[in-house]
Amino acid sequence: MTVVKMGLRLVMTEVKLYLREPVAAFFTFAFAPMMLILFGSIFGNQPSPFLGGRGMVDVSVPAYLGMIIATVGLISVPIGIATRREARILRRFRAAPLPPAVYLIAQLVMYYAVTLLGGIALVLAGRLLFGMRFDGNPLAVLAGFTVATLAFLGLGVAVGSMAPTARTAQAVGMILAFPMMALGGAWMPLETLPESVRRISAWLPLTHVVVLMRGLWAGSSPGRHIGDITFLIVTGILGGLLAARFFRWE
Amino acid sequence: MQAVIRVEGLRKAYGSRVAVDGISFEVYEGEIFGMVGPNGAGKTTTIECIEGLRRPDGGTVRVLGLDPQQEGLRLRQRIGIQLQEGGLPDRLRVEEAVTLFASFYPRPMDPQALLERLGLAGLRRVPFGQLSGGQKQRLFIALALVGNPELVFLDELTTGLDPHARRAMWDMVREIRAEGRTVFLTTHYMEEAERLCDRVAIMDRGRIVALDTPERLIHALGAEHRVIFHTNAPFDPTPLRDLPGVSQVEQIGERVVIYGKGDRLAAQVVEALVARGIAPRDLRVEQPTLEDVFLALTGRPMEEANPRENQGGNR
Repeated sequence: MTVVKMGLRLVMTEVKLYLREPVAAFFTFAFAPMMLILFGSIFGNQPSPFLGGRGMVDVSVPAYLGMIIATVGLISVPIGIATRREARILRRFRAAPLPPAVYLIAQLVMYYAVTLLGGIALVLAGRLLFGMRFDGNPLAVLAGFTVATLAFLGLGVAVGSMAPTARTAQAVGMILAFPMMALGGAWMPLETLPESVRRISAWLPLTHVVVLMRGLWAGSSPGRHIGDITFLIVTGILGGLLAARFFRWE
Repeated sequence: MQAVIRVEGLRKAYGSRVAVDGISFEVYEGEIFGMVGPNGAGKTTTIECIEGLRRPDGGTVRVLGLDPQQEGLRLRQRIGIQLQEGGLPDRLRVEEAVTLFASFYPRPMDPQALLERLGLAGLRRVPFGQLSGGQKQRLFIALALVGNPELVFLDELTTGLDPHARRAMWDMVREIRAEGRTVFLTTHYMEEAERLCDRVAIMDRGRIVALDTPERLIHALGAEHRVIFHTNAPFDPTPLRDLPGVSQVEQIGERVVIYGKGDRLAAQVVEALVARGIAPRDLRVEQPTLEDVFLALTGRPMEEANPRENQGGNR
């Protein structure tokens, strides 16, 4: 019980710290709604046969969820892990009577929580400003979002554990994140990408997040996305294994 | 006296470099125990093996009857650790840090009272990243005390602090001991060890070369005292050489230095001067220090052995 209390206190503190980082907070909570407002104002949300009878906003919201997941997982997490190691913060926590697993789980819970909050902010913007369509099952969407987020947190912890410094962690994270967002359909619908590019996209974890989220959003059953879900679970496990292999407290 | 720390044959190497070479000692309940020596002598490795943060290659360590490797969590509930190299998130505020760490312990101290006591009450809402070196150090002491520990570890507590802040830290350490807590500290300032510690272990190149009270270590050295004074009128100091215990007399202009042994050295010199009608000015007695002990034991002065001042280059 005390362990749970410790963990919750740690999560609350870590969430506060995350909100105090202006850049991280902007990209987690404000950037996706801003893009939605920008492109929504330009293209509107009229149903288009090109997008399967949906509007630009209807397909952008689930895709931008992928963008938030990738931003937190591949940029915030590696910087956070590597900075905490480099600035000897992990050492300071390890010298306290806090089970190491509690510390690490609290970190993951915090990152999951801010990703979820960012997603909620985006959905609210789509709903309130553009009357976005949602035909899915909220629980299925939440479950898909959770699988996707955990997979990217795994990748992020792996990058943060393997990078020798916080600077390297940031650079590697961005190098992974930006091409993935561009080719994975997080910025532009996958439909706009040429066939040759989409063959590469199929190997990027983020593509599967976007396809999964768009599918669940439009009401298709999780069973039809078993391939995407498997891809993400494998990604998460690989990330977790790499993290476990390379994580260092100092 | 009850031993709260027992170390026997502790050994730790990093690759081919032996950091701690089979040392044994005990720390008793209620004392301020100091481990002194130059950077790289193995002090921090020793303290971290005792805290359970580092795994020894050999030997046994028992702290409060617990094995730091097997029962690390239970041990760390009862000890307080100030790390030589530790950090906190830059945006974490002073008060948040202390209340957060308080939540990790079964019987914590009141965070507010602790902040008052360490002079951090006015800095409650200041983020860690904006604190000065001395303020950070006080916050780390607060984190070491917040768990209400029986035993407090202070690793290079005053490194990088100005003399004023250093003295304030010494008072703090004495206060911690006065509350009945045992203190284990490391330092590479011999003066600090001499003034603060009940017992001192002098460490050099991974071994303990001496362990005793500072007074006894200095006394055992059998080194000479120096009586130094100035005179207004020129005089011939040669007859002072015949005083018992005096070995050498130096005169440089108005300044006279007399070397010798014995508790009555200074009194004899003053008596002899007064008998000759000479009034010594600015008279002082210099006693050997732990620096001299280190020099005698290792064959080199601490400054040479400490190549990079204020740098915790050791591990």
